[in-house]
Amino acid sequence: MNIVVCVKQVPDTATERKLRSDDKTLDREAADGVVNELDEYAVEEALRLKEAHGGEVTVLTMGPDKAADTIRKALAMGADKAVHVTDEALHGSDALSTSYAMAQTLKKIGFDLVILGSESTDARTGVLAAMLAERLGVPQLTLANKVDVAGSSITIQRVTDYGFDRVEATLPAVVSVVEKINEPRYPSFKGIMAAKKKPVAKFGLAEAEIAADQVGLGGAWSEVAEFAAAPPRAAGTVVKDEGDGGAKTAEFLAAKKFI
Amino acid sequence: MTVERALPTQEAHDLLDLVRELAGKEVAPRAAAQEAAGEFPREVFRTLGAAGLLGLPYPEEHGGAGQLYEVYLHVVEELAASWLAVGLGLSVHTLSCFPVAAFGTAAQRESLLPAMLGGELLGAYCLSEPQSGSDAAALRTRAVRDGDGYAVDGVKAWITHGGVADFYTLMARTGEDGPRGISCLHVPAGLDGLSFGAAERKMGMRSSPTAQVRLDGVRLPHDALIGAEGEGFRIAMASLDGGRLGIAACAVGVAQAALDTAVGYARERRQFGSRIADFQGLSFMLADMATQVAAARALYLEAARLRDAGRPYATKAAMAKLFATDVCMKVTTDAVQVLGGYGYVEDFPAERYMREAKVLQIVEGTNQIQRLVIGRAITKE
Repeated sequence: MNIVVCVKQVPDTATERKLRSDDKTLDREAADGVVNELDEYAVEEALRLKEAHGGEVTVLTMGPDKAADTIRKALAMGADKAVHVTDEALHGSDALSTSYAMAQTLKKIGFDLVILGSESTDARTGVLAAMLAERLGVPQLTLANKVDVAGSSITIQRVTDYGFDRVEATLPAVVSVVEKINEPRYPSFKGIMAAKKKPVAKFGLAEAEIAADQVGLGGAWSEVAEFAAAPPRAAGTVVKDEGDGGAKTAEFLAAKKFI
Repeated sequence: MTVERALPTQEAHDLLDLVRELAGKEVAPRAAAQEAAGEFPREVFRTLGAAGLLGLPYPEEHGGAGQLYEVYLHVVEELAASWLAVGLGLSVHTLSCFPVAAFGTAAQRESLLPAMLGGELLGAYCLSEPQSGSDAAALRTRAVRDGDGYAVDGVKAWITHGGVADFYTLMARTGEDGPRGISCLHVPAGLDGLSFGAAERKMGMRSSPTAQVRLDGVRLPHDALIGAEGEGFRIAMASLDGGRLGIAACAVGVAQAALDTAVGYARERRQFGSRIADFQGLSFMLADMATQVAAARALYLEAARLRDAGRPYATKAAMAKLFATDVCMKVTTDAVQVLGGYGYVEDFPAERYMREAKVLQIVEGTNQIQRLVIGRAITKE
C-alpha cells in the first residue's frame, strides 16, 4: 500500500505566535517551528498500517525551506521518503489554494491512501482533508479514531458528539485522524541517523504542475483584512464571602450562562 | 535551563536533542510521585531501550550505537538531572554490559550482546557482598566446576536492579583467596537457585531497587565464564573505571538540577522588597554552586576523552567520581539552604536531590577508596 502522510510545520504553541504586519501572514521566523502535533498521530497511523499491510510511507509537506526539519522528524519516526513542496510563489496560500497545490502534487506522486491530522494548531481550519478528497475525486473519511484496511476496502470510526459513525469506502481515499487514535512513537537514535540518508524530493510549482495564479496571496480565496493583538486578560471578579458567598458565586455563574 | 554542551559531532547533538525530549516528557514528570511511592520505572527503561539508548558506547556491529564515551556520559547526565534512578540505572546497565563487550570471546559477543544492548533487557552488576565492600577482593561467593559448567553459591549485596534485572554480571571465586582467584560470570535471570532479598529501604533513590542477590547452587554452562578463570578482579576494576565516570555524570546531573531549582527560586522569591537573587550573599552562593558544577562536568569529560583516545584514564576517572560527587553533595545541600523552609519539604525537589547526592559518594568505590586510588597512582615509584 502506497501511503502518503501530510505533515505541516507550525509555530510552537509554547512560544509567542504573531502575524506579520506587511502581508498579514504568519511570522514563521519569529517562532520555533515544530511538527503539527496532530500530524504525529497521522504519521504513527501510517507507520502502523505499513507494518500491518506492507508498502511504503511517503511524507508530504508544503512550506518554506525550514519545514525540512518537520520532514526529518517524520522520516526519523520511520517513514520511507518525502516530498517537500516549496516555492516562493506558494507564500500566503489559504486552505483552498493549499488543497489545490497538495492535490496537484498527490496526482503527480500517486497514492492508495492519504492520511492527515484533523487540523493544524496554527490556522485550525480543519478542512484540508475534505478539500483534498474533493479535488482528487476520492472518498473522504474524516475525524477517525480507528482505521482498518482490508484489501481495497477501508473502514474508520468517525468521532461524533454521540459516539462514532462507522464509515466505509474503497481505496484510494483520504483519511484524517484525531489524537485519540494512537500513541505516536519517539524516533530512535538509529532512526534519526537513518533519516539523514532517506530521499527527500523537492517540488517547485513546475514539478508539481501547479498554476501560479491559483496559489499564494494572489490566488487565495480568503483574505486577512485586519488583525489585532488579543486584549490582555481582564482582572477577575473577586467574590467576598459575607455569608452570601455561595449565592454571589451562583449569580456570577448564572450571568455567564454556566448554570 | 538547557546546559550548553560542546559535542564532538552533529550526530551527538541530534542524540542529545532526543534525550532532552525523552527526559522532559517521559522521565521528569514521573520522578517525584514514583520516588515517593518507591516504584521502579521499568517502562521508562523500555522507552529508553526502544529509542536505542541502552547500548550507546558499544560497537554498532553488536547492536550498540557506536558513540564516544564522552557522548554517552552527556546522556547519563541529562537523564540523571531529570531522575537519578533512571540516569544511574542506565549507568549500571551499561557497566554490566562491559565485561562481555571488552573481555568476551567473539562467540559470546555475538550471542549475548545484541540482546543486552538492544533495549529490551536490563543488567545488574554483582561485586559487593555483605562482608566485602571496599575490600572487594575478599568476596566469598564461590563458583565450582560441576560437570562441564559451574555451580555457584553465595550472597551478593547492594545490587542495583537486584530482582528486576534480566541478567547479572557476577564476580565469584573460582580459585585461591585474594584477587587472583576471582572470575567473571554471565548469569541470566530466571535460573533455578537464583533468588533475591527484599529491596533495601533507602534514604533516597527509592525507585531504584537495591537488593541482595542470593545464589544457591545456581548451575551455569562453561561458556558463562567471561575472560579467563582468575581474570575476574581485573575485569571488575576495568569495568568500574568506566562505571565511576557514569556516577560522576549522574552527580553532575543531580547537582545541575539542584542548581537550576535554586536559581529559579532565587529569581522569584522576594524578601525586603527585592529578589533574593539580588542579595550578594545569596548570589555568591549560587555563583559558587554554578562554578563547581561546571568544573565537575569538565573533569569527567576530560577523563572520558582520555578513555576515548585509548589513553590511561583510571586516575582521572577516580578524580572525577570523587570531585563530582562531593560537589553534588555540597551543591544540593546549598540548594536546600537557598530555598529555606521550602527546601526542607517534599513539595519541592531540593530535599530529594540532597538525599540522592549522598549515595553517590558511596557507590562504585567510596570517595575514600577514590582518594586511595589517586594517592597510590601519583606516588608510586
